[in-house]
Amino acid sequence: MSESFDILIVGIGGQGTILASNILGEACLIENRHVRGAETHGMAQRGGSVESHIRVGGEHGPLIPPGQADLLISFDLLEALRYSHYLKQGGKMVVNRRMVLPTSVFTQKVALPSEEAIIAALGKYHLCLLDADTMATEAGSPLSQNVVMLGAAAGAMPLKPESLLEAVKRLVPKKTVEINARAFEAGRAFGGQC
Amino acid sequence: MERRYLLGNEAIAHACLEAGVDFVCGYPGTPSSEVIDTLRTQPDRSYYLEWSVNEKVALENALAAAWCGVRALCTMKHVGLNVAADPLMTSAYTGVTGGLVIMSADDPFAHSSQNEQDTRCYAHFARVPCFDPASVQEAHDMIPKAFALSEEFGLPVLFRPTTRICHSKGDVELGEIVKSSRRGDFHKDPRQYVVIPAHTRILHRKLNEKQPALKKRLVELGFNRYEIRGKTAIIASGIGASYVEELLPAGISFMKIAAYPIDEDWLAEFVQKHDKVLVIEELAPEVEEIVRQVAGNVPVFGKKNGYAPYEGELSPSAVAAIMEKAGFPVKTPLSANPPVPDVPARPPILCAGCLHRSAFYAIKKVYKDAVYPSDIGCYTLGLQLGAVDTTICMGASITVASGIAHSGEPRDVICTIGDSTFLHTGIQGLLNAVYNGANMTVVILDNRITAMTGHQPNPNTGANACGVESPPVSLDAICRACGASFVETIDPYDVTGMVNLLQEAKKRSGVKVIIAKQMCVIMARRSGVRRGKYRVDTEACTGCGTCVRFGCPAIEFVDEKARINELCNGCAVCADLCPFGAIVREGKK
Repeated sequence: MSESFDILIVGIGGQGTILASNILGEACLIENRHVRGAETHGMAQRGGSVESHIRVGGEHGPLIPPGQADLLISFDLLEALRYSHYLKQGGKMVVNRRMVLPTSVFTQKVALPSEEAIIAALGKYHLCLLDADTMATEAGSPLSQNVVMLGAAAGAMPLKPESLLEAVKRLVPKKTVEINARAFEAGRAFGGQC
Repeated sequence: MERRYLLGNEAIAHACLEAGVDFVCGYPGTPSSEVIDTLRTQPDRSYYLEWSVNEKVALENALAAAWCGVRALCTMKHVGLNVAADPLMTSAYTGVTGGLVIMSADDPFAHSSQNEQDTRCYAHFARVPCFDPASVQEAHDMIPKAFALSEEFGLPVLFRPTTRICHSKGDVELGEIVKSSRRGDFHKDPRQYVVIPAHTRILHRKLNEKQPALKKRLVELGFNRYEIRGKTAIIASGIGASYVEELLPAGISFMKIAAYPIDEDWLAEFVQKHDKVLVIEELAPEVEEIVRQVAGNVPVFGKKNGYAPYEGELSPSAVAAIMEKAGFPVKTPLSANPPVPDVPARPPILCAGCLHRSAFYAIKKVYKDAVYPSDIGCYTLGLQLGAVDTTICMGASITVASGIAHSGEPRDVICTIGDSTFLHTGIQGLLNAVYNGANMTVVILDNRITAMTGHQPNPNTGANACGVESPPVSLDAICRACGASFVETIDPYDVTGMVNLLQEAKKRSGVKVIIAKQMCVIMARRSGVRRGKYRVDTEACTGCGTCVRFGCPAIEFVDEKARINELCNGCAVCADLCPFGAIVREGKK
């Protein structure tokens, strides 16, 4: 339908999905490519499920239709399942193995699928599963997990790793540039083996 | 020329700088807030800027500035325009000298709103021009044109981006920033600014006389355009036009509408060249109604004959479905990929350590069988705690409470309202309730900030929009001045204290006010407050579930025991609630 390369980043409000999408947008600028994006703001950010659409090379609307995403990056295992229908056949999924349990699971005893069941359900996609929290902590700060995720997905994107790394350096807080550069490279090394 | 990757609202803010805006005001509301948030943090501001206390106040301020010949921007969300509707309708009569652009951001699908009203209807109603951008770049490009048009026709201009423009991003070509240079100069002219009947009748005629030339100018501006490619046509407006362009195959004509009022002659010429026309637009059938007026025998497909929905937002999939239903091919059919069923929902939730949760807990403990009117803010999420029975619009907690109390409803009525909402339109309700002798309790959830929309300061914060210190208003003094019989302030983290106060209020008659005052936990964290985390002593925990039912996202329940995760902000309320003393500060035994 469109010539854009469509990336959906999903997670939970507060996990840094917006910074991750800004990094991709900046990388597009560095490569002089058009880009469109859409994201969740406002109250929905308060611990709710959030999504960022990024259409590399996009020149029309910002929304990726279900079944059209080339790449899904999920900061949470359960959110990967929730948005998996956005991925096209043969699309790639880069997923943080961790799962934040929705409060409804405790307060209303809502049934939650097990980690194994979710991973099995995602098995029909090209799945790259990683422990971004641990890798981010090793890089110097658990807050850099969004950059670890981008690193792991870098090989699947039509953007040069150097552009992505340059975008990371431009957008993260000055004091954390080194940590985030390490986080990006750690993610990239892992993603290369997926 | 610089190209940057910007949020729609950031691009709009930049365009206002390019237009040399002199005066900026508004009231926060998703999805509009980031325009002023961007402008108020600019270095070297040469323009005046304020967060006003509500939209009516904002629009009257902006209108007056525009009367003095300066360029004024006033921002709000769509429902804010209801609050500002009174000055809006008559501002079309008085007109303006300096450009006045009123940004009213619509929210199709009500992502963060109480309804899906369409600002284009207000433009039609008030007979003022309206711009409806299809992309972030177009939103940016329209702003300088909107100011110029406002000045040319002496009319306020409505600018109506939707959520998918405000909170979309794109690579945007930016222009040069122009420093604000105009200084206000009010030319006295009672025939224009004093709308007594004798004046207003003439002003109304003048407004109507502006319309034909306005329509012609909007065609010349080129935001409405078409291409004839075949015998069938699609006419689309706003962001819908972007989705259509993505899906449109060759051989189908396309018209894009982005500015109102539409010139009927120009529209008729296009429609009459086709055998069949499909209209695609979000929300109200504003375009479709005019297309039907000029279509003659040409069949029109749209909302009015069931081909497109009146409600919700458009998306590529929704547009494809409308096109297919109306017999229009799409470039590449979209795959129908249904979502995985039964994935547990993850709705937004009050933060760990949020003052609202403890206030609601105390309210529910004392007022067990009561009616709980509430209002617009983060605390509307108290719905999940069973502590919100009504929410309709800003300020309507106190008025709904007094209405219920006077109706004969036998249960106690206790309402909740945030500090910013109270200052927006809550005070009049309190004044009215006291004046008319209602029996009810008002809890002002005072977190010192307008939190939900992104932590904008308000008169309660102690600083204005530009960070300049301002004396924080005394909510206590306002409530006492309104005549409330019982006004007390308490920290809601002190659940026992708050329960005692509520019990005291419950015994009394009249209007009682409790101000539950504690800083928003996000702001507390940003300003460096570190309370230390809590943990569960698993030996003391009996798994009774009292803390879990409190509903804090920091409290989990694993292997029949409570567990506190890293979200804990150390408010210590759960430690207070635990009947077994099993929740203790980290580092303590």
